[in-house]
Amino acid sequence: MNARLAPTLTARMSPFSLWRSVLAAALLGACNMAVQAGEVSVAVAANFAAPMARIAASFRLSTGHVARLSTGSTGKFYSQIVAGAPFEILLAADDETPRRLLREGHAVAGTASTYAIGQLVLWSAQAGVVDDQGNVLGQGRFKHLAIANPRTSPYGAAALQVLQKRGLLPTLQKRLVTGESVGQAYQFVATGNAELGFVALSQVLKPGQAAAGSMWRVPQALFDEIRQDAVLLKAGASNPAARALLNYLKTPAARAVIDAYGYGDPLAR
Amino acid sequence: MSQARTERKPLHAQLRAERGAFLLDVSLELPGTGVSALFGPSGCGKTTVLRALAGLYRATGRVALGGVVWQDDARGQWTPTHQRALGYVIQEAALFPHLNVLANLQYGLRRAAAAAQQGALQNGLDEVIELLGIAPLLARRPATLSGGERQRVAIARALSTRPQLLLMDEPLAALDAGRKAELLPYLTRLQRSQDIPIVYVSHSLDEVVQLADHLVLMDAGKVLASGPLAQTLARVDLPLALGDQAGVVLQAVVAESDATWHLLRLDVAGAVLPLWVRDAGQTMGQAVRLRVLARDVSLATAPQPGSSIGNQWPGTLEAVADDGHASSVLVRVRVGADGPVGKTLGVAVLARLTRRSFQHLRLGIGQAVWAQVKTVALLD
Amino acid sequence: MSPMSPSDWSAVFLTAQLAATSTLVLLLIGTPLAWWLARTRSPLKPLAAAVVTLPLVLPPTVLGFYLLLLMGPHGPVGAATQALGLGRLPFTFGGLVVASVLASLPFVVQPLLQAFEAIPEQTLEAAATLRAGPLDRFFSVVLPLARPGFLTATVLGFAHTVGEFGVVLMIGGNIEGSTRVLSVALYDHVEAADFAAAHRLAAGMVVFAVVVVAVMYAVNRRPRDTDTEAKA
Repeated sequence: MNARLAPTLTARMSPFSLWRSVLAAALLGACNMAVQAGEVSVAVAANFAAPMARIAASFRLSTGHVARLSTGSTGKFYSQIVAGAPFEILLAADDETPRRLLREGHAVAGTASTYAIGQLVLWSAQAGVVDDQGNVLGQGRFKHLAIANPRTSPYGAAALQVLQKRGLLPTLQKRLVTGESVGQAYQFVATGNAELGFVALSQVLKPGQAAAGSMWRVPQALFDEIRQDAVLLKAGASNPAARALLNYLKTPAARAVIDAYGYGDPLAR
Repeated sequence: MSQARTERKPLHAQLRAERGAFLLDVSLELPGTGVSALFGPSGCGKTTVLRALAGLYRATGRVALGGVVWQDDARGQWTPTHQRALGYVIQEAALFPHLNVLANLQYGLRRAAAAAQQGALQNGLDEVIELLGIAPLLARRPATLSGGERQRVAIARALSTRPQLLLMDEPLAALDAGRKAELLPYLTRLQRSQDIPIVYVSHSLDEVVQLADHLVLMDAGKVLASGPLAQTLARVDLPLALGDQAGVVLQAVVAESDATWHLLRLDVAGAVLPLWVRDAGQTMGQAVRLRVLARDVSLATAPQPGSSIGNQWPGTLEAVADDGHASSVLVRVRVGADGPVGKTLGVAVLARLTRRSFQHLRLGIGQAVWAQVKTVALLD
Repeated sequence: MSPMSPSDWSAVFLTAQLAATSTLVLLLIGTPLAWWLARTRSPLKPLAAAVVTLPLVLPPTVLGFYLLLLMGPHGPVGAATQALGLGRLPFTFGGLVVASVLASLPFVVQPLLQAFEAIPEQTLEAAATLRAGPLDRFFSVVLPLARPGFLTATVLGFAHTVGEFGVVLMIGGNIEGSTRVLSVALYDHVEAADFAAAHRLAAGMVVFAVVVVAVMYAVNRRPRDTDTEAKA
């Protein structure tokens, strides 16, 4: 194509033919990119939605690959993947689900790795409700406490562990409202319907802005570590863009974003 | 009759209404007895007037039956339909499909019982069932009845509450000729036996002349004429309203029968007239109504012995007016009077003539003429 | 097949309670609403009819989300319920009833509206001339004639509430004993990959739906047959 354009460029330089050549050059550039760039379909756990959006943007700028993101609860993704959903990568909220998928033959061996350590917080949309020791739980001056569904979300399971460790589960059991995912738990608290709730730090933090409301960063001692693992699924086994994304998660650029959203660094443990 | 005689309650109504281009403006004074017919072409407003009397349509004005005021806009008074002591019958019958005939009849009865004694009302139901001949239908559902049967039930139902006024909106219009003929006798019986005033809307002059005692002529939302049937029909200034049907109605009694010629002689009320009609089996002394159409009456300046027309009546030309078509005139002749100082006033008949004949015979008001009546229609 | 857990049974009873309560409220609200729509000549009619039909076209999650906002502490409904001392509606059985009533409204109003419109004005006028006042006419003429419509409305309202998921999910909070209804319990089992439990619940709901619709058709047919018999 280059050879064919050259005579046109040098021969006549009227405005019309100049426009044509600019257009041709742009198309050429796009074709180049398309030949190299791929697409990868990613299932992202609800708590990681915001950081993943940023990571996907810089991933595209640096590699040209486009990551198509679906967010939801890890539990739902498991069922969908087992039923044949065409996701190529899973960024889970736990490490158990990727292990299960590997065991049951839905994921590619040796591709699982922890991309973030989950940070659990007790948060209220209103300032002054949650103290930084979490004593508000013991005082019990609230009607509803939102958590994610413990059966399907490690954040929900972790929340229950915290309550148990503090001996508050029997008293607070009746006041628990369960969101379908940690995303919905956040919704309940954000709209004020639940005065407070256990959510992921990444949902509350917006890099560059002060956190709204009031929160308690729950100490790691109170709940089992939430290791969030990524894994390559069978559907993406032969997609170079998929492997590229998994690698990209380990780069300093991606780590910086994950860090900014309050996740723990798996390598620092 | 089982019902105690109630005092006469004439109906007064002044009604105005505007519906798009249609303007209703009527003032009615109807007698508190007998059948008053509202007659006119489709769209003249007669149904609107009836609905306004019933309170189903809210016109502006005043409606009162005797001393009971149902509507008076000047005083802000309005009695809703369900508090008016009236009965209403429409051409579609509108029976309750979920109730059998007896339950339909009892529907209004039960509710009116709150205002009157239950016992007296029950008797009324039996009477009305007999009057309309619906005893064998009582257990049936409306869907299984014929059109004529449904109308009879509807009439009986309207009467079940012992209304002070019965309103009928073209009750025969939805029926075929056979059913109409079947139902008409019931209506005449009704007219004769019930003491309540009836307002009867119809666009069929045939029905009107058979049933009405009082006639109200309407057109384009206005009342053209209102008066006793015979009198109104005898007016010569209404040819456009009545058209081809112009003619008078006479009351008569069967006086004599002629076995040789199979004819009956009728004594016309209020007149001394020889009137012979075909013997159709009527009994002596039976009251009949007859109709003499203008087109069946011709005039002569002297009796015509050489004519085949037997009924020739001497009379005086009373009035003349233009007819619908430029070629003809409508003439009223008073026949059967026994002289200017006599007690018998005679009756009026209408005759339709060509203007040419009128000129040719040199006819004029007050002139003695002979009315030649070719055809007389018995209405019963 | 292993028996259903107590938690699932609780969901069954809760769902039955919710459906019964919602259907009752729907009939109480829907009847005058449908009657007004059938008879009015007000210019508001098309707008009102559109609002009633809205839940048919809105995704349930949209409806649920806006209810969450409206009924929350910053929303007008939430402020009102709090001012009246009723607390707030999300996460409560009462909140689910309100949501179910809104979501199932068109399924109850439509059949009633059709049944009412089928009654000729003349029949009602006849009743008025027979001394029946407006309320009397409604109970003695309209209700009996609209009976098939009421049956359809009741069945549809009940069945739709049982099947309602999106709205309930948004504002229920999945609380066992008060907001964990069958549709959410089923979803839960699927999410947690407990397919055996999911099958049990789902199969039960399918059977229920078939039975309900069959009964509705059967009952709706009978009255017409007996009507046409001529009683001797």
